[in-house]
Amino acid sequence: MSAEYDIAETLDVKGASCPMPVVKTKGAIDELAEEQVLEVLATDPGSMSDIDGWASGTAGVELVGQEEGDDVYKHYVRKTE
Amino acid sequence: MSTDTSSPDGADAAADDAPSRAELAARVDELEASLAEATAEDDAKKMSIIATKGSLDMAYPPLILASTAAAFGYDVTVFHTFWGLDILHEERSKSLKMSSVGNPNMPVPNVVGALPGMDRVTTRMMEKRIEDNDTASVQELLETSLDMGVEFQACQMTIELMGYDEDDFYDGVTTGVGAATALQDMVEADIQLLV
Repeated sequence: MSAEYDIAETLDVKGASCPMPVVKTKGAIDELAEEQVLEVLATDPGSMSDIDGWASGTAGVELVGQEEGDDVYKHYVRKTE
Repeated sequence: MSTDTSSPDGADAAADDAPSRAELAARVDELEASLAEATAEDDAKKMSIIATKGSLDMAYPPLILASTAAAFGYDVTVFHTFWGLDILHEERSKSLKMSSVGNPNMPVPNVVGALPGMDRVTTRMMEKRIEDNDTASVQELLETSLDMGVEFQACQMTIELMGYDEDDFYDGVTTGVGAATALQDMVEADIQLLV
């Protein structure tokens, strides 16, 4: 599934809980160039809603996909500007 | 309706008061400029939090909201007063306590919670849960928020009231501020919270 995105960087926040998945995603996105996609691996079930909410409320980022795997939640965020 | 024709008495007086076309055009330019300025300033949303509590459980809400809002790109100010100062206090922030009384959801009755040493038990219990759940520590949240540009302010009046020193606080904490500074932040903010 993850092959649909050309992943520039992977951020592993497994084990971390609110607010760290969002806070660290923001930090990692800042390091990317425009149009690059960040993959975020989390175990916090709240990250599904939180990263979605963060991406829709934040300028310059777009959530391109989310996957719920076994024990791990994957998020794909594109930097748009 | 032209202003340059002479007409019977009365109408002339009214015409003299009316602004000229050039004056109106200038006024429109002025308004457009201030609108552009106001719109530009509104680009980043602002959040203002007043943090008044210093117990271990109550230190979390302002720090979690502040760091998350900073991740959204908001300008965030947290004004700490009374026991909220302990969150910014380098020494005291590492040993914030939790009360075992006054919270009916605690697993022990208030009468037991009031026994000597019970606050230490409750605090240890909460610290263990924080550790087991990989929840960020107060210190980690504070330092992350400072790195993200959150403005932490320590109320000058309560610094003196509590007998603290300005050097007791983390680097990057603003001191020498009072209620008027907090109000100014609140009036400009999109979100205002008292914790």
